[in-house]
Amino acid sequence: MQITSPAFKENARQALADPQLQKAMLHVRSGFIDKRQHAVDALPEFEALRESARAIKDHTLAHLDIYLEAYEEKVRAAGGHVHWAETAADARRIILDICRAAGARTVTKGKSMITEEIGLNEFLEKEGIRPVETDLGEYIIQLRGEHPSHIIAPAVHLTKDQVEADFRRVHDHLPPARDLSEPESLLGEARRVLRSQYFQADVGITGANFLVAETGSSVIVTNEGNGDLTQILPKVHVVVASIEKIVPTLEDMSQILRVLARSATGQDMSVYTTLSTGPRRPGDPDGPEEYHVVLLDNGRSAMLGTEFQDMLRCIRCGACMNHCPVYHAVGGHAYGWVYPGPMGAVLTPSLMGVDKAGHLPNASTFCGRCEAVCPMKIPLPKMMRHWREREFSRGLNPAVQRYGLGAWAFFARRPRLYRVLTSLAVPALALLGGRRGRFRHLPLARGWTKHRDFPAPERRTFMQQWREREVWKQEARV
Amino acid sequence: MSGRSVILARIRTALKVAPDDAARASAVAGRLAASPLGVIPARGQLPQKERVELFCRMAEKVSATVKRVRKAESVPKAVAAYLRARNLPASVRMGADGRLKAMPWTSVRSLEVKNGPAEPEDMVGVSHAVAGVAETGTIVLHSGADNPTTVNFLPEHHIVVVDAKDITGDLETALSGIRQAFGKGEMPRTLNLITGPSRSGDIEQKLLLGAHGPRALHLIVVDGG
Amino acid sequence: MDTRAPKPPRVGLFVTCLVDLFRPTVGFASVKLLEEAGCEVDVPMAQTCCGQPAYNSGDRADTIAIAKNTIEAFEEYDYVVAPSGSCAGMLKKHYPGLFAGEGMWEARAKALAEKTYELVSFLVDVMGVSAVKAAHDGTVTYHDSCSGLRELGIAEQPRRLLASVSGLKLVEMHDADVCCGFGGTFCVKYPDISNKIVEEKTANIAASGADTLLAGDLGCLMNMAGKLQRQGSAVKVRHVAEVLAGMDDGPAIGRGKD
Repeated sequence: MQITSPAFKENARQALADPQLQKAMLHVRSGFIDKRQHAVDALPEFEALRESARAIKDHTLAHLDIYLEAYEEKVRAAGGHVHWAETAADARRIILDICRAAGARTVTKGKSMITEEIGLNEFLEKEGIRPVETDLGEYIIQLRGEHPSHIIAPAVHLTKDQVEADFRRVHDHLPPARDLSEPESLLGEARRVLRSQYFQADVGITGANFLVAETGSSVIVTNEGNGDLTQILPKVHVVVASIEKIVPTLEDMSQILRVLARSATGQDMSVYTTLSTGPRRPGDPDGPEEYHVVLLDNGRSAMLGTEFQDMLRCIRCGACMNHCPVYHAVGGHAYGWVYPGPMGAVLTPSLMGVDKAGHLPNASTFCGRCEAVCPMKIPLPKMMRHWREREFSRGLNPAVQRYGLGAWAFFARRPRLYRVLTSLAVPALALLGGRRGRFRHLPLARGWTKHRDFPAPERRTFMQQWREREVWKQEARV
Repeated sequence: MSGRSVILARIRTALKVAPDDAARASAVAGRLAASPLGVIPARGQLPQKERVELFCRMAEKVSATVKRVRKAESVPKAVAAYLRARNLPASVRMGADGRLKAMPWTSVRSLEVKNGPAEPEDMVGVSHAVAGVAETGTIVLHSGADNPTTVNFLPEHHIVVVDAKDITGDLETALSGIRQAFGKGEMPRTLNLITGPSRSGDIEQKLLLGAHGPRALHLIVVDGG
Repeated sequence: MDTRAPKPPRVGLFVTCLVDLFRPTVGFASVKLLEEAGCEVDVPMAQTCCGQPAYNSGDRADTIAIAKNTIEAFEEYDYVVAPSGSCAGMLKKHYPGLFAGEGMWEARAKALAEKTYELVSFLVDVMGVSAVKAAHDGTVTYHDSCSGLRELGIAEQPRRLLASVSGLKLVEMHDADVCCGFGGTFCVKYPDISNKIVEEKTANIAASGADTLLAGDLGCLMNMAGKLQRQGSAVKVRHVAEVLAGMDDGPAIGRGKD
């Protein structure tokens, strides 16, 4: 997809002025946070599990090459095919070849952020193959020609009324007078419409939450069951997964599963956790005849061994964005690419370049809530700061900011000069503040006074007053 | 193979490791062989009776319904009762699972039992779980010649029989049962861990049951001897 | 036999640049609270700022220079105390990382980090203060500033001391632990987003019914005060130390003499 992250400020401005979006975002704030807290509180071992999950991923990343080889061997032994894709373009071509070989005209898709990352839908459409998203949220945004605004709740930016309007527009074969006023009726309609699609599809494409090296299994974690219908009904199942999805064993998967759903939706377990290993076996009455895994790098190997390696622990639960005040304010689309919120603010510059995505790691108050809830203990603010350092050292931030900061730092490094300057400036500013004790406009702080008053200083600096107090004390002693 | 060798080389360069590092290889081989256990929640570590009760409670918490019966022979009657209570047609779909087959289905008059993978028009599927997991109320099902996976997803109602003795306290114990049955490192084509009926919160975060999979999940727990 | 009382701990007060420039009352309130708790307080003149504006803008070289200045100014004291969770967090949690692998400076940064505390948590956790001798007639609500809460675990301590203020009634606002939208330079780099976040905050403040808003960080307080005043709210805004020290008779933040 086209990256609009460079226009983050403008995107945000529009998002803030969009009443439908603002209404929809209220559901994020009220829903996810309480449910997660409830699930976490009910499991005394949650903190220990976070630590365990973190250690598993750190170990796996340190041995990633060997685990990938072990995983590949098991997939092959189970009769599956493994394809290695360096780039998004490689992955698209590999998937197209598989679809062509299967004579595919329609493919169904389970929810997969990785296929968003490689822009698969647009590509397949151009090649004459019809992709059908089957996750309810993904289906809705596909109808609208949009991209997900949240990694686990793709249509979280929409209201029920908007969905109803889209269904009436697209499902024009259904009676216009039908009642779609309740979410239940919308869900029922999507279920009926999509049922036939599963049976028409020649290829089913899913992502993966885990790849288990021990068994060669791909694992999807879902609530709707669409991912399962996508991977068992068509004759070809294609799994698209990035290389860091590997976990060593079933036990390791179990550890991370315990923190995944609790962090994401506040469930103890998602409804469907499904392990797929190879194609259907001799005698199996159903299941795909072919099983392919496309392993995607697309910039991840370059994060290993850097200050951004910890980001590769991410399990895409969405807790960071669910708890982010900036995400709450502007929604996911403002971030301008596939991954929004704090995890996107770290990942997008890694994958697309900090020159394009520089706003994202800056658009954070560093409130630290993301790191506090991250089940994999990823130090998200710290990594956003690393991006700011890279930007700064490359001179990518705006000149006004650099000069302002430079001037301030010049004085902050020179205490005597700083004292002199502040003891002159503060009383002057206090005087200007007058009886009101605040400013409605300040020429050098327009960003501030656009929305709020600026409190004027008290009479003089603390240091001036303190020094007088000390002198006075000494004189009193003499 | 070029993508493969490039990616592996990049990873090794980034990690500053050599491709033939014996210590790293043995660390991986060791973990894969030993499958070390991590943190196991105390919640499910209970004696059999309490464990089964926890399983039922957790399953009900996620909107499954639970019926407990004494013996496997009572299952067909319990299925028929479920269908009657919900005004469903007296017809069920199931695979050729030996444990289900051994049950006296013909004892229930006018109950049609269709074998084989599910069809789009099937209203009710019946499966036999290989395990239940008490900590989360999860059932474990796997594919095979006698166990079509479509039965678990296509019908609107899914009835799953689980033996009380197969209910484990935690997920790891259930998965180690699969490992014992299929061999270390081997798996059935599809292993389903199912926790409640299908649902979606995609419209205004309102939780609705029956998104694409079954609207209703009914568990019949066979307490046994 | 030595009958003298044990030597009082020597505390270097890190005033913080915002308190120094905008709200000296908070500095004097801090001195009073620390002295009442039995500390000997000194204010080294060589201090300026903790360096966060540079640090969070990615300017590592200036941050390191400022950090060295702070370390030199404060390493002689038994404790370093700041009336700010954010600045104390900078010294305690971030300084050591700036000098990772740099031998002496790393050791000096770590030593400083170990003895650095935010004011209220220092009073409660280190000095064992469980009550203050202050009175405040009114209903207050307390905002948990992010760094103090999440980097230093400050939540219970200010509430405990506030509970001991005679006449004071504490009511909790909804989402007291959610960011106010200040975020240092964030609020001027992304003013519209910051405004949206602080609007949520002031709505929660208003809904609490409190007549006074308290918090432990002047940056957040100036942000919330500025928004409340722009909205025409009558809620008064003060640093928690002002109330705990009984120094809350002057004008509230941004209030002047009107």
